[in-house]
Amino acid sequence: MNQRIEITTESAKETIELGRKIASALHGGLIVALTGPLGSGKTHLIKGIAEGLDAPDPTKVCSPTFVLVNEYEVRGGELTLYHIDAYRLNSPREFEQLGFEDFCRPDAIVLVEWADKILPALAGLELLQIELAHAGEDKRRIRINNPSVQLSNVLRCSE
Amino acid sequence: MQEKPVTILGVETSCDETAAAVVRNGRQILSSVVASQTKLHERFGGVVPEIASRAHLEKILPVIKEAIEQAGVKPADIDAVAVAHQPGLAIALMVGVTAAKTLAFAWQKPLIGINHLHAHLQSAILASETMELPAVALIVSGGHTSLYEAESALELKRLGSTIDDAAGEGFDKVATILGLPYPGGPSIEKTAKGGNPKAVAFPRSLLDKESLDFSFSGLKTAVLYHCQGQDMKGNNRVASMSPQEISDIAASFQQAAVDTLIIKTLRAVRKVGARTVLVGGGVAANTALREGMQDMCDKNKLSLLIAPKSLCTDNAAMVASLAYYYYKEGRFSGLDLEPTATT
Repeated sequence: MNQRIEITTESAKETIELGRKIASALHGGLIVALTGPLGSGKTHLIKGIAEGLDAPDPTKVCSPTFVLVNEYEVRGGELTLYHIDAYRLNSPREFEQLGFEDFCRPDAIVLVEWADKILPALAGLELLQIELAHAGEDKRRIRINNPSVQLSNVLRCSE
Repeated sequence: MQEKPVTILGVETSCDETAAAVVRNGRQILSSVVASQTKLHERFGGVVPEIASRAHLEKILPVIKEAIEQAGVKPADIDAVAVAHQPGLAIALMVGVTAAKTLAFAWQKPLIGINHLHAHLQSAILASETMELPAVALIVSGGHTSLYEAESALELKRLGSTIDDAAGEGFDKVATILGLPYPGGPSIEKTAKGGNPKAVAFPRSLLDKESLDFSFSGLKTAVLYHCQGQDMKGNNRVASMSPQEISDIAASFQQAAVDTLIIKTLRAVRKVGARTVLVGGGVAANTALREGMQDMCDKNKLSLLIAPKSLCTDNAAMVASLAYYYYKEGRFSGLDLEPTATT
């Protein structure tokens, strides 16, 4: 059954706050695929997720468009957070060559921006798909597809 | 008595570029080979540069070989092997680190691990005889936008960095918004010529008054809204804009980005009482930034050391050059040197 939660945030600050909430329901081994056009809030949402996972300096969580992969120790070193950006990649093959296979392990969470560019490389993995869109001025419409029961509860409680 | 010259082979693979260089005494560049800028690149095909480790793996040995040949040296003439081992893409750094370790072991020469960002500043220092300290250093590229205090040529303390997009990434994404070709930096610069930098009042994100951090995400979104409307309801005006309007937007964006970089640099100068400003990284090739920085430094009686345009983007000469100072101090790395993704 296809389930979907849709949330509208009113500012970058609210998008970060939503990321913090999402983080509380994430576990090692999960791949979070983020899609949405330029400026739709992907990096801000990830900043919030990193904050929620207790990254040591979440203000310094920045875009990996050029460096391709950023890496953070989170939850007191219990987990590694990989923040990947597929914006500059030309093919799923290039994505795999970033060492993606090494990132997919039970003690790591992988966040992928511009995931639509490399979707075939994510086939068969445990995925959380998040779509972001502009909704006028600073508003962003954020859709979470097939959330886990835990994530649904977290997001419903905060509504 | 003249000291024996020190010749160092440098290797750089931290992001997109595979590069090797031979530098003598930290200043004399005997060769500097960057794969994407040579015929080697054509041999490996593809207009679009391949990203990531496999491409490095294919190019690393030919690039090193070419650097040694162009320098006219033999392995026996090389005193040390230096490699950028942090920060960067782990799997890409690994290629350079492995090659450098192997050569150091085979030739029985010391190995020197170098910080890639620190090396960018060496590009700025390379051409100057002296440097008055303390200095403030700005590294501005596609992946990084950071300010440092330099207490000496070898010791850097970070004062601030971007909290979202790097400045160079802003240039690239604004180029995409305006339908200009990749790479965005040179495209924006070219298009901005003849444009009015005051045509559109884009924001200068200065965060709060004290902060030395940067934020360029809001500037990118402001350009997006200007072109596609606040509601973003699919009214992309770029296709119907006159070339003049596109030039005006490019010039206004460039000015906003450059102003932000200059204001923050000056703020850092005042904070640490700096006498010198160092600028390196890919965006340092931008003429508006170079001229603006020079102007700011002249007005404030600071000396400006900025990387020559040829050494702004990733290269290995900066690695081999910085390594000379490590060599002089005997700061060598073990053969167990590992790549580190973050600083």
